[in-house]
Amino acid sequence: MQRGLDSETKKQLEEEEKKIISEEHWYLDLPELKEKESFIIEEQSFLLCEDLLYGRMSFRGFNPEVEKLMLQMNSKNKREEVKDEAVELDVSDEEMARRYETLVGTIGKKFARKRDHANYEEDENGDIKPSKAKKMFLKPQD
Amino acid sequence: MAPVMAEAASVAAESLGGGRARAARTVLDQVVLPGEELLLPEQEDADVPGGAGEKLLRLNAGARSRVRVVCGPGLRRCGDRLLVTKCGRLRYKEPGSGSGGGVYWVDSQQKRYVPVKGDHVIGIVTAKSGDIFKIDIGGSEPASLSYLAFEGATKRNRPNVQVGDLIYGQFVVANKDMEPEMVCIDSCGRANGMGVIGQDGLLFKVTLGLIRKLLAPDCEIIQEVGKLYPLEIVFGMNGRIWVKAKTIQQTLILANVLEACEHMTSDQRKQIFARLAES
Repeated sequence: MQRGLDSETKKQLEEEEKKIISEEHWYLDLPELKEKESFIIEEQSFLLCEDLLYGRMSFRGFNPEVEKLMLQMNSKNKREEVKDEAVELDVSDEEMARRYETLVGTIGKKFARKRDHANYEEDENGDIKPSKAKKMFLKPQD
Repeated sequence: MAPVMAEAASVAAESLGGGRARAARTVLDQVVLPGEELLLPEQEDADVPGGAGEKLLRLNAGARSRVRVVCGPGLRRCGDRLLVTKCGRLRYKEPGSGSGGGVYWVDSQQKRYVPVKGDHVIGIVTAKSGDIFKIDIGGSEPASLSYLAFEGATKRNRPNVQVGDLIYGQFVVANKDMEPEMVCIDSCGRANGMGVIGQDGLLFKVTLGLIRKLLAPDCEIIQEVGKLYPLEIVFGMNGRIWVKAKTIQQTLILANVLEACEHMTSDQRKQIFARLAES
């Protein structure tokens, strides 16, 4: 009868059931196999062995795209690319900053209405003067 | 060459007959034959009986740091040693930066290409079946190339590839159990010069060793060839070279020069280039 069972006897029954189940499990009766750490790696590719150049080549301007690729791919192997890129800047940073400064004024002038054109008067040097405060409506005094 | 080979063969035969494995370090740049076992630098000292005292000291001093050695083409791992599987000269490359051990390989010569993952090859499209192209790369079976493996290709925007076109691509799958697979883009999705090779030009076959020799960073042949006239060359690691110049005659001269330069000495080569430069 299940009703009269104590918690202790219940536990014992459970343990016995678990034992029976685990004994029925199959297992391999082998000694522990040690994993052999291999210090030799097998590779079948020649890319690791020899530094080979890129396979497409073009000489004396026959195919300009391939010549660009040649520079790119071969310098990737040698990692000299960073130096070359720094030298090849077309426009220096200072010039860019100057241009942007004046650009804001000229584009702004395009979208300003006729009355606001006064704010964009040019100096003798051609630089845009800082804009003055907007003129508000002055209530006439009595 | 004959007396050198005979000497090398006799030395190799001795070691094979004697059953002693030679140290890889002592055999660098010498001819090795298939079946030889080579010892790596760490194991040489262990085999010498006189060095027992040294060996003990080293073990007590701490863990013997075993570096990972890479065995390249022509070599196989056999326990702790290297087993030679191709005949040729044994080469070694120092470890570059950090990755320890270095690379050993055998510089052998062969005409038959076996697909290797990562190799750039020139293939000829032989068939178009559904979504894949069958490409002949000179190996035991044709490689497959999916039409989506081109830069900017989508299901609607198919690449313009016809049967008989030349393709420059690289392998993504290449082992002895599966059919080789090629792609014409790199891992970032950019073409990097791969894809269909343009019109005209001439495709011819050379040995695999010549391709590696021509692609070496300090190859004089390529530098001299580049000074002759404007031209374009594509090298495939499967022994195929495609050349193109402005006229057919120039293309043919170039093809002949590249085929013949394998067996010429550097003096003969310079003579030929001088003659070509004159004409």
